[in-house]
Amino acid sequence: MSLSLPLEARPADPALEGIIKLAILAVGGQGGGVLTNWIEGLARSQGYHCQATSVAGVAQRTGATIYYMEMAPGDVAAPVFSLAPSAGDVDIIIAAEMMEAGRAIIRGFVTPDRTTLIASTHRMLAVSEKTVPGDGMASSEEVKAAAELAAQKLVLADMDTAALKVGSVISASLFGALAGSGALPFERVAFEEAIRAGGKGVEASLRAFAAGYDLAKNGEEPKVEAAKPARQEIVRPAGPDMAQKAWASLEAKVAALPEPVREMARAGLQKVVDFQDTDYGAEYLGRLESLVSRDSAEKDYELSREAAKYIANAMAYDDVIRVADLKTRSQRFDRIETEMQVKDGKLMHLTDYLHPRAEEIVGLLPEKMGRKMENDPVWMNRIDRWFNRGRRIRTDSLRGFAMLYFLGGLRGWRRKTLRHRMEQDHLESWLKMVAGYLPDRYAMAVETLRCRRLIKGYSDTHARGLSKFDKVLAGARMVENRNDGPEWVARLREAALKDEKGTDLDGALKTVESFA
Amino acid sequence: MAERSFKAEVEHLRKGTGDTFTGEGILAITKALLENGVGYVGGYQGAPISHLMDVLADAEDLLGELGIRFEANASEAAAAAMLAASVHYPIRGAVTFKGSVGVNVASDALANLASSGVNGGALVIVGEDYGEGSSIMQERSYAFAMKSQFWLLDPRPNLASIVKSVGDGFALSEASNSPVMLMVRIRSCHVTGRFETRDNVPPPLSVRDALSSPMRDFKRVVLPPMSYAHEHDKIDNRWPAAEKFILENRLNEHFGPEEGKVGIVCLGGIYNSVIRALQRLGLADISGNTSIPLHVLNVTYPLVKSELLEFCAGKEAVLMVEEGQPEFIEQQLGAMLYKEGRTTKLEGKGIFPRAGEYTGQIMLDGLDTFVRQYAPELLPGKVLAPNAPKPELPDLSKTVPIRPPGFCTGCPERPIFASLKMVEQEVGQHQITGDIGCHLFACLPPFEIGGSTMGYGLGPASNAAFDGGGERRAISIIGDGGFWHNGLSTSIGNMVFNKSDSVAIIVDNYYSAATGGQDIPSSRAKNKTKSTNNPITKALQGAGVKWIRQIDRTYDVTRMRETIREALTTEYDGPKVIVASSECMLNRQRREKPQRNKAIAGGERVEVARFGVDQDVCTGDHACIRLSGCPSLSLKKLDDPLRDDPVAHIDQSCVGCGNCGEVADAAILCPSFYEAKVVHNPTGFEAWYAGLRTRIISWLQTRRAGSRLTFTGEGV
Repeated sequence: MSLSLPLEARPADPALEGIIKLAILAVGGQGGGVLTNWIEGLARSQGYHCQATSVAGVAQRTGATIYYMEMAPGDVAAPVFSLAPSAGDVDIIIAAEMMEAGRAIIRGFVTPDRTTLIASTHRMLAVSEKTVPGDGMASSEEVKAAAELAAQKLVLADMDTAALKVGSVISASLFGALAGSGALPFERVAFEEAIRAGGKGVEASLRAFAAGYDLAKNGEEPKVEAAKPARQEIVRPAGPDMAQKAWASLEAKVAALPEPVREMARAGLQKVVDFQDTDYGAEYLGRLESLVSRDSAEKDYELSREAAKYIANAMAYDDVIRVADLKTRSQRFDRIETEMQVKDGKLMHLTDYLHPRAEEIVGLLPEKMGRKMENDPVWMNRIDRWFNRGRRIRTDSLRGFAMLYFLGGLRGWRRKTLRHRMEQDHLESWLKMVAGYLPDRYAMAVETLRCRRLIKGYSDTHARGLSKFDKVLAGARMVENRNDGPEWVARLREAALKDEKGTDLDGALKTVESFA
Repeated sequence: MAERSFKAEVEHLRKGTGDTFTGEGILAITKALLENGVGYVGGYQGAPISHLMDVLADAEDLLGELGIRFEANASEAAAAAMLAASVHYPIRGAVTFKGSVGVNVASDALANLASSGVNGGALVIVGEDYGEGSSIMQERSYAFAMKSQFWLLDPRPNLASIVKSVGDGFALSEASNSPVMLMVRIRSCHVTGRFETRDNVPPPLSVRDALSSPMRDFKRVVLPPMSYAHEHDKIDNRWPAAEKFILENRLNEHFGPEEGKVGIVCLGGIYNSVIRALQRLGLADISGNTSIPLHVLNVTYPLVKSELLEFCAGKEAVLMVEEGQPEFIEQQLGAMLYKEGRTTKLEGKGIFPRAGEYTGQIMLDGLDTFVRQYAPELLPGKVLAPNAPKPELPDLSKTVPIRPPGFCTGCPERPIFASLKMVEQEVGQHQITGDIGCHLFACLPPFEIGGSTMGYGLGPASNAAFDGGGERRAISIIGDGGFWHNGLSTSIGNMVFNKSDSVAIIVDNYYSAATGGQDIPSSRAKNKTKSTNNPITKALQGAGVKWIRQIDRTYDVTRMRETIREALTTEYDGPKVIVASSECMLNRQRREKPQRNKAIAGGERVEVARFGVDQDVCTGDHACIRLSGCPSLSLKKLDDPLRDDPVAHIDQSCVGCGNCGEVADAAILCPSFYEAKVVHNPTGFEAWYAGLRTRIISWLQTRRAGSRLTFTGEGV
């Protein structure tokens, strides 16, 4: 028998509405702790009860980290606060990185009935995004779209850049954005006072605070696209008259191409001329034109555009001469000095990390001689002994620069080299395969062109890329007569870009073998 | 020097009666120790109580003034053993370590301590690392309290309650002659709040004074027949004394109405989560006044039977809110009710999941289910029939990548594992065991090295089955922290004694880095209260290791790789130990950066290195990242229509460690990497000579530009 009387159901305590629940999702090392301290100091200074907590430990080592705090007006008697955020029960989320905003949404912390989401749009890539041989970067757009639906109020801006620009760090600009969002019932001056009370790097923090505040109030300025001319109009290259003239005639040829092809062709032409010379540019356009002539407006010149891109990439292969040439240009020196902020009497030492192998050296030799040596283990060993070791070259020193300068100057010699011959042969057989699919199997031709994307890197990586390229093309031959052949080639290529060893590719090839 | 300094906060520990303390849980615990006349403190760092050790270390001056001895113990076992001082002497002692791994390590000493019983209050402060953010296997320390019979406190997670429990713990320990374990959960350690302070109290008998008049009583020694007597003493005297103390001092708390149709029993540590769920259900107000009777166990072991049965009396159903498994308390409570012939329905696991943290949602769902089932009339209408449908949101679970912890920017361990991965790429995969510490991150991508972790300092020991050697030698990893914790004997001694034909790599980063950069015997720093600079290689020699290779710069990837290769292929068939030493970059930056900035501002010549990638030379295959994973080595999409894939890019967080360049060189990846060393305040001659060089180089560049076409657009 129960002696107790049933208790009256009673309405929820209206004071509960006064609790403000705030979570910060950050990447370890972003200063989430500092931001938490500021907010806590702010709340207490305004007479609020406040409780903050965090999960420290190994999560701080670049892993996803979460800080949580609750506050309530001071006139409430001894409020009981939670130590962790709950799904559907958070008023303010501060995400210090775009994917962390996504994580907050996945965990249900962002809901349209109550949550102000303040997120920095910059990216700190996770390891899994970076290791993919192709493009493994997660889509910020998807997170943004979800955030627009999930949040009651949304503040999205690149808070990292805003802070860096004024010599501070993201915690300060996020604090500013919190103030600007109006999500907390405190005046701006109280926020700034909290920074001053912190006592460290106050001036820089206040600058970043102001930047974050403005971003929250006014949003980001739309990016100015007009600053540089459209690609068609770029480049009146500087250089000797003869070459200028040759360039003008090449440009005229590009202008004569169908409109959809021109932009890519111009970029491709620029790349191969920069790689070698205008004659080489003419060769490029020749190859391109032969495919353009078999293309049509009906297909929107898809084949030609892909050809313009990949033939240029194939022709501007990475050899010792190109690397040395790129590394000794004045534009490179300028770029690095800007990036490293070398000014006000500072100097810069520039050390390049190079490691030539016998293959690279032999590749520089004339075709015949190179081939002979390449097939002679004794010679290869000897050359390896002479050259194969890591070299740190001080490119800012006269000796180091002179060496690279000399190598970069071998462009005139390039067409005679073994490497050039090999690249040409490879290019030709690939283009032959492409042409073989025309005109009937247009999509197969396009996909075959796109496979060139697989070849990149140097030494072993380059060899691995080549072997993947060969494997995918072998797979292509197996499906070339099927209607869904092109889709399979695309699938094989995507698989090849997924992992280094090509496990995915081998799996996909097995599937192809099973039906082809 | 620890990662976080509490020097400023430690001043708050001097506050006295009438003051208010505002700050973090661990500082509050320290303050409570001082207020309760503790005579000695010690422990071993590990999340979540690392900072408690750091606070104690930073408070050493204050401890000294009060006559309190602080010991940074070599391990949890050493810490627990230190409590032996309270066995005979009426001195209060407290040690701290993480649960449950720390309790595992300490269990030998804890069991003996519990058998002997104590005269002075003995308190073990355990940071229970369970649930989100935990770095260890998910287990409860509770079982240790049960088997050895020491008492377990689990106070409500607010500063006043935690502080009170420290005093209660000492008093309970003394009243029952048993050691007491005070459990603080991961978030309670870092929770902030306020409490009214009292004056610090020096220990009535200091350990220093105790040495002048030694005390011993062979009845306390764990040897038969005394040990038989100890067991009876535990049951006949200490346990009843503990129950009496708990009841008389009302250590457990009751909230809400005295009577009710239903009731909730919860552990102190999760009280706030229970209240939050009740608040959301309209069953509690902001201050925690609940409409359902709530019994809060601030002492979770022993359970006071009379108290629990009284709470359950007249109730139709009682919900036990106990996170984790096994559900020790629920089982005990069930047995109590059954043996008394009670009909009260006991709910707990079933309504709640057996495994995993009780998150806000789980707590809300559990309480909702319970109340709906047994007392739906209590629920407000809004909760009974919620009217707002949940919004449909796009599924981001495939978009958002996981972000596990990893090596910091510039970490000296990265090149060790890059080298190891390269060796494996050459000669095939090896049997590799890991150990506890930052180096365990190597088991994650991109390295994926090491397949097991058996415990701190046990890396090489866990390869013992493979000690006989084979076609490919087994490799084990151990950190310097693990080495001194127990690896020297358990792992290295074991290898030597068993003539192990395997390879151990000792990752020496000068600190116990994963726990926050505390000093250890081989640290290179000068520490005024500890003996540092004791080389690991000397200890290895002393233990009988003949094949030792010391590497003083782990970033030398070529050398690192050659040394590993040598260890794997040498004819020598005894244990092969490589000590790979370079300072933890986090600590190094913390130390050097302020000095460097000061030097630059003061006009001194300073070189600052950073690495970069030539975006034109990088082809975007990311092989360098697969051998690095450095946070500062990231990707960048170029504004070039000819490029499909993003290229490698080093951002300004780079600390110039050189790993990426070294790896690119050793693995012959590509020539994209460069080091840019910026010279601040160069000397006059240097500046003149650099100017000359620049003029010559510019002349050459202009000369070449004149003979070719030069494009100024992007993407060149």
